Amino acid sequence: MIQAKDIVKSFTDGTVVTHVLKGITFAADQGEFVAIMGRSGAGKSTFLYQISLLDEPTSGEIVIDGKETSRMSEREKMRFRLSEFGYVFQDYALLPELTALENTALPLYMQNIPRAIANEKAREALNRVGLGERLSNLPSQLSGGEQQRVSISRAIAHAPAILFADEPTANLDKESSGVVMNIFKELHEGGQTIIMVTHEEEYARYAERLVKIDDGRIIADAKA
Amino acid sequence: MVSPVDIRVGFFLAVRQLRRASFWTTGLIVFVMLLTFLNLVVVTGMLVGIVQGISDQYRTQDTGDVIVSALDEKDFIENSPQVIAFIKSLPGVAGVTARYVANGTLEANYLSRDVNAKPNKTGVVISGIDAVAENSFSDLSKYVHEGAYLSPGDYDEVLLGPQLIDRYSFGQFPGLTPLRNVYPGTKVRLVINGNTREVIVKGILSVPANSPLAMRAFMPSEEVRMLMGRTDYAVNEIAILLTRGTDPSAFRDVLKRSGIGANAKIRTFDDAMPNGIADVKNTFALIGDAISSVGLVVAAITIFIVIFINAVTRRKFIGILKGIGISGAAIESAYVFQSLFYAAIGAGVGLLFLYGFLVPYVGAHPIVLPISNAIIVAPWNGTLIRIVLLVAATIVAGYLPSRMIVRKNTLNSILGRN
Repeated sequence: MIQAKDIVKSFTDGTVVTHVLKGITFAADQGEFVAIMGRSGAGKSTFLYQISLLDEPTSGEIVIDGKETSRMSEREKMRFRLSEFGYVFQDYALLPELTALENTALPLYMQNIPRAIANEKAREALNRVGLGERLSNLPSQLSGGEQQRVSISRAIAHAPAILFADEPTANLDKESSGVVMNIFKELHEGGQTIIMVTHEEEYARYAERLVKIDDGRIIADAKA
Repeated sequence: MVSPVDIRVGFFLAVRQLRRASFWTTGLIVFVMLLTFLNLVVVTGMLVGIVQGISDQYRTQDTGDVIVSALDEKDFIENSPQVIAFIKSLPGVAGVTARYVANGTLEANYLSRDVNAKPNKTGVVISGIDAVAENSFSDLSKYVHEGAYLSPGDYDEVLLGPQLIDRYSFGQFPGLTPLRNVYPGTKVRLVINGNTREVIVKGILSVPANSPLAMRAFMPSEEVRMLMGRTDYAVNEIAILLTRGTDPSAFRDVLKRSGIGANAKIRTFDDAMPNGIADVKNTFALIGDAISSVGLVVAAITIFIVIFINAVTRRKFIGILKGIGISGAAIESAYVFQSLFYAAIGAGVGLLFLYGFLVPYVGAHPIVLPISNAIIVAPWNGTLIRIVLLVAATIVAGYLPSRMIVRKNTLNSILGRN
């Protein structure tokens, strides 16, 4: 479903070149729940940004459903992110002026889905994450755990092919983290492909496959 | 390329941002746009209004809507009584006044003057008027500042314009040396066509320097006629006021077709208006436009800064929007819609203030300036053009900064990296 071939990512600061990813090859099948682990600075988030098309690798190729993404224009990538991917960020990344329902429905509006249908889908997604009663609340009126659940509902409302999550529990307390991970587990059981970056082993165990990265290379790839 | 979806989503985002924006910040921006709009319309409108005030004075105090005057080769209008009677019989006539007009001199303090001293004397245009008809035509009595207006039956009495009196005179004009020590009740010596008469100043007018009344003297028509040595009732000019809705050009053509044109010059107010006034009006309009264009640039820069700061502080959210697949065009549209909102509300409030209060109020209470009673000239078509300019400047000023931020790398925006 998704393949990364020999991905290299380097950053240049003046004359100093830092190689963050040093040739990663990776593949994930439909319906897999993959946890990418590693210590801080290992390159796991950078890798996630490459395969989720939020960034461009310095070299290498990412192939999604047989399509080579290096040949895609920025507009095609944007459409791909909109329709095929869902994102859950560490700091929730909700728009403060939109309600929970509006935050969730926004990508659906962008897909030209009629407003009423989009709102209905958003309502269903919020119900799935247990926030069916908080539709009209602004992010500032929700707890951190609730905001992350809104973020998940936004990511899944349009039924994406792949759900990417970058440290989704990093800013949450233990209880909220457990709730969020149980939602991921349920989504996975429903057939959702999930690729999640985390540094917490406790939550990595929710995945069925564990990929460990260190110093820009995959050092372990096994069933959890 | 902007698609309808981009516009719909952009509009949705703009409305939400505006709805949850700080009331005071939004109010301040709208206030700046309001001032810009007023600057665009009112500055030019007032400058043009100064000249319009002058030309309005000519219309209401001198020519009326149509003026019939002697041919260039004649001193009077032939068959004046018949012409006046015919004009009065026509539909659309609101008022008519006939005047004898003569050049002459006025001299004051001639009894007490030292033989070798310079005479206290000035050249003057004397209008012989029917006090009642003239007053109902031009409201002349309203302008009497000292003394009193002429009454029917007055004899040897004169009204003087302020430019003839040195304490009211606004600068010197060729051939005009304002009279000193002249007050209501002062005797002055009037000479017309070599005929001399001692008359008493009954009143002194108060009008701006550019008023057609400013340099004139007014006397009962019978006396002026006799001083001119005119034995019939042939007047020099007939000024006509028309009812609202009557077209002066059409009325002029009716008079011409009636045969009056063979014995007199028939002109509308626009025909008779001195060329200089039209030139000054156009010049003032250009100056007003130049000043307004500076205001337009300032408004554009204000919107640019507001949107730029807004976009920079929301760079992370712009990155997130792009990250989840919202197009750059939709995000840019959101900022353009916000700019348009500021411009539309500012212009809307400005329109209400301008046409609901400012124009009618200043129209009813003109701003008294030394050269004219200024009004605000703000025709709808000119105002609409200025609104279009303001909106166009606002769209550009809203689009550019949002484009600058949207173009930045998506991930760098999300992570706050430079």
